[in-house]
Amino acid sequence: MANFFKKLFPPKRSAARDVPTVPRNAANLPSEATTAPLNEEQLEEMAQAFNRVEPPQLVVGVGRDQGRQRDNNEDAIFAQTATVSTSKATLPMGIFIVADGMGGHENGHLASDLAVRSMSTYLTQRLHHPLFGIDPEPPQDSLQEIMRQGVRLAHEAITQGAPGGGTTLTAVLVMNTQMTVAHVGDTRAYAIYMDGRVQTLTRDHSLVKRLEELGQITAEEAAVHPQKSMLYRALGQGEPVEADVFTASMPEPGYLLICSDGLWGVVPEDELFHIIASAPNPHTACQNLIEAANNHGGPDNITAILVRLVD
Amino acid sequence: MALTDPITRKLGADEPSGPGNQLRAGDTLMDRYQIQEIIGSGGMGTVYRARDTHFQAIRLVAIKEMISNIADPLVRKNINGIYERESNILATLRHQSIPRIYDYHTHNDRAYLVMEYVNGRDLDDILAETTTFFPEEQILNWAVELCDVLQYLHEHKPEPIIFRDMKPSNIMINQQNHIVLVDFGIAKVFESGTKNTMVGTQGYSPPDQYRGEATPAVDLYALGASLHHLLTLRDPRLEAPFSFAERPIKDINPNVSPEMIAVVEKALQYSPDDRFKTAAEMKQALLGVAQRTGTLIHSGFISQTSGSSAPSRGVKSLWVFECEDEIRGTPLFNGGTLYVGCYDHNLYALDAANGEFKWKYATDGGIPGRPAFYEGNIYIGSEDQRLHVISARSGSVVWTYFSDGPIRSSPRIAEGHAFVGSDDGYLHAVNVATGRASWKVETGAAIRSTAWVSQEYAYFGNEAGELLCANFRGEVKWRFKAKRAITSSPIIGPEAVYVGSQDGTLYAIDPNSGWVLWRFRLGKATISSPTLSDNLLFIGAADNVLYCVDSRTAKEVWRFTAEHQISGSPIVYKDFVYCGSVDGHLYCLEMRTGRQKWAFATEGPITGSPAANEDIIYIGSTDKKVYALLA
Repeated sequence: MANFFKKLFPPKRSAARDVPTVPRNAANLPSEATTAPLNEEQLEEMAQAFNRVEPPQLVVGVGRDQGRQRDNNEDAIFAQTATVSTSKATLPMGIFIVADGMGGHENGHLASDLAVRSMSTYLTQRLHHPLFGIDPEPPQDSLQEIMRQGVRLAHEAITQGAPGGGTTLTAVLVMNTQMTVAHVGDTRAYAIYMDGRVQTLTRDHSLVKRLEELGQITAEEAAVHPQKSMLYRALGQGEPVEADVFTASMPEPGYLLICSDGLWGVVPEDELFHIIASAPNPHTACQNLIEAANNHGGPDNITAILVRLVD
Repeated sequence: MALTDPITRKLGADEPSGPGNQLRAGDTLMDRYQIQEIIGSGGMGTVYRARDTHFQAIRLVAIKEMISNIADPLVRKNINGIYERESNILATLRHQSIPRIYDYHTHNDRAYLVMEYVNGRDLDDILAETTTFFPEEQILNWAVELCDVLQYLHEHKPEPIIFRDMKPSNIMINQQNHIVLVDFGIAKVFESGTKNTMVGTQGYSPPDQYRGEATPAVDLYALGASLHHLLTLRDPRLEAPFSFAERPIKDINPNVSPEMIAVVEKALQYSPDDRFKTAAEMKQALLGVAQRTGTLIHSGFISQTSGSSAPSRGVKSLWVFECEDEIRGTPLFNGGTLYVGCYDHNLYALDAANGEFKWKYATDGGIPGRPAFYEGNIYIGSEDQRLHVISARSGSVVWTYFSDGPIRSSPRIAEGHAFVGSDDGYLHAVNVATGRASWKVETGAAIRSTAWVSQEYAYFGNEAGELLCANFRGEVKWRFKAKRAITSSPIIGPEAVYVGSQDGTLYAIDPNSGWVLWRFRLGKATISSPTLSDNLLFIGAADNVLYCVDSRTAKEVWRFTAEHQISGSPIVYKDFVYCGSVDGHLYCLEMRTGRQKWAFATEGPITGSPAANEDIIYIGSTDKKVYALLA
């Protein structure tokens, strides 16, 4: 299987620049989640989809759903992409944020809303001129510093605007093939590669995950642990909040998935992969992911952002 | 006055302070240290936790109070003298596992030693509480750290320091799970005047100590005894002396590896001659256990691993070749031959197997760079302003290319071109087929940084502090400006371009835009070039430190302190980092922990980088020699 994919996606870029990139038989693809291995036709679709595109651009899908058992939605989402392609430079970029307000806290939905808005406001302010301005100059601060400061401001916004409220926050700034990730809580960012690898980029700040890391409980026990959503780090809760900030490469060929525990805690990883790999485009994939979580009972709010760099 | 009456009391200042009277919370000692609580007491006196009121920020200290009951003032004065001398020695010690001594004071029958407060618990307490065996890995990590501190003490100059009372109650485990030795010999010096007290503790002390010997072997036995206690949970104080052989570890705790048992048993040999000769040797044996059992040794001294001036432990050179002047550059291994440039103007070709001279090629200037090999030829820059291309087989010239300044960077060959920076301020792209420049980029400042060429772009620094990205048409795509010169050579990883600057920063730069992804502050300027392995970046700096930094999070993983600047560039070979220092040593460190495996002393500063091939490390030194060492 891996070899087959290697053949399909050779590291050297395909010379077929002129081949249209719209999947030919998009309508034939199953719209529902499937866990069956991909058939030849689907694989060919994907190969087509990963042919070279000029200029490189980010393709995004988002999904946000209350689930079946909650009567409100405390998840919040922000997705923005831009493409600049001029004689001077070509740049696909995007800002993607998921926040999951904490159920046990009043103001949970306010906290996630504030987190997403203050983070996105800060990032767009700091990056607008350097990216899109006339005669742009790189920002003085490093991208990691900017992300860290954004998290700090989001934390302050919550302590002032939604006291008592708490939220997770996972924000990814994509520039070209480069990702800068800021993360607090148990929302996750995944790198999903077309060879079937599903790699968790973030580390949950949850007590159960910590117990698992320490070898006190197994991954299986963690998955069904009654306190699996207890966080030891969240925005709006305690001082100081220190985000995990790191740099990573956009999975190529593959996807960036950011999702709340209403998705990853419910739908197994191999199923995530198959849903994403078999969908004709990211927004369909997101709807299918939500459907899958609901089919598993939909115990929590479900939120997902799926990003693919096509170039 | 504080000096004559060290204790001032907020309340009840008129209380007598005879023996047996302890200080109380709120008392102030020496007009400075505010007592908070008693954290230990024994026959000799009391240990207090106190706050140092000289600092605005809360600094806690431990104060050890020793009370002598010697009536004779002359003897007491004498003892105070010994005590003072010992305090002075202790105050000079610097090791992660030894609490710092801040102050001492004697007053009548009392002596006070003010030292670093260690927030932790001693192993005796931990042992008393545990109901299950400790994991071997844990004990191994502690043991390695204990050997490290014993090695430091035993190698102390001019006199070795023998701890003499190694036992669990003298070993603290701090909040970071590292060991700290407490209760130094100082107390015994004070005590020994009173009666013929045996120094050491029954159960942990070896037979030779009862004969009054104080040698390194004494400490190693007591360490072995402490390890036996930790592994078996059998308190040797409750057993007959020297009876460890009757309590084989494997009978009590079947989980302990035979390798570990062998080390402990060797340390516990009845005769000192049969034990480890030095703490270094025992540490090496423990690291060997870690290697064989696949145990991860956590970097014990994350911030303080330090180069030791100890002789090159167990490392001998396979061969040495001497040139006529300093070697400041880096050798290249290719096809069984070692090529190295020298300040005697020659490029030498040596048989890598035995160091035998093959040929030399004379330029008209010093050679500071690293040769490159391409299609049977060797490329090397010289301070004679030329790029020389020499037949690798015969050593005869193929062609030379003139720049307008000394060439101090190293050539990089890619896409049919040799890319080389010169002090003339240009990066030259020289066609290897014609020997002529296809293009050159003017940067306005000398280029001593070696270009990294990747995917149609060349990345290089200059002395004006710029990092430039140029395409293969010679057009500058972006330039990033640091605050001081970039002499360091950039490398490209999956996420970023990494480069050091003389502004004391390690930068991660987005290869596409030239934007800074993160910055990492070094203690001082650097001209060392980073190297990358498994998301770990290694770079040296003028603050004598070799840093290991996570390339994704920009967090320090460990640091290693040499005795002088690290201006050469580290290399990674088979999970070890090799790096030379101006202190003359080539260090071999475990890549993930920074622990020193060995250090090899040359007779001059090392400014170049090593080369590695087939488990052999090659290094040139300003002592004019090239060394081949077993990795």
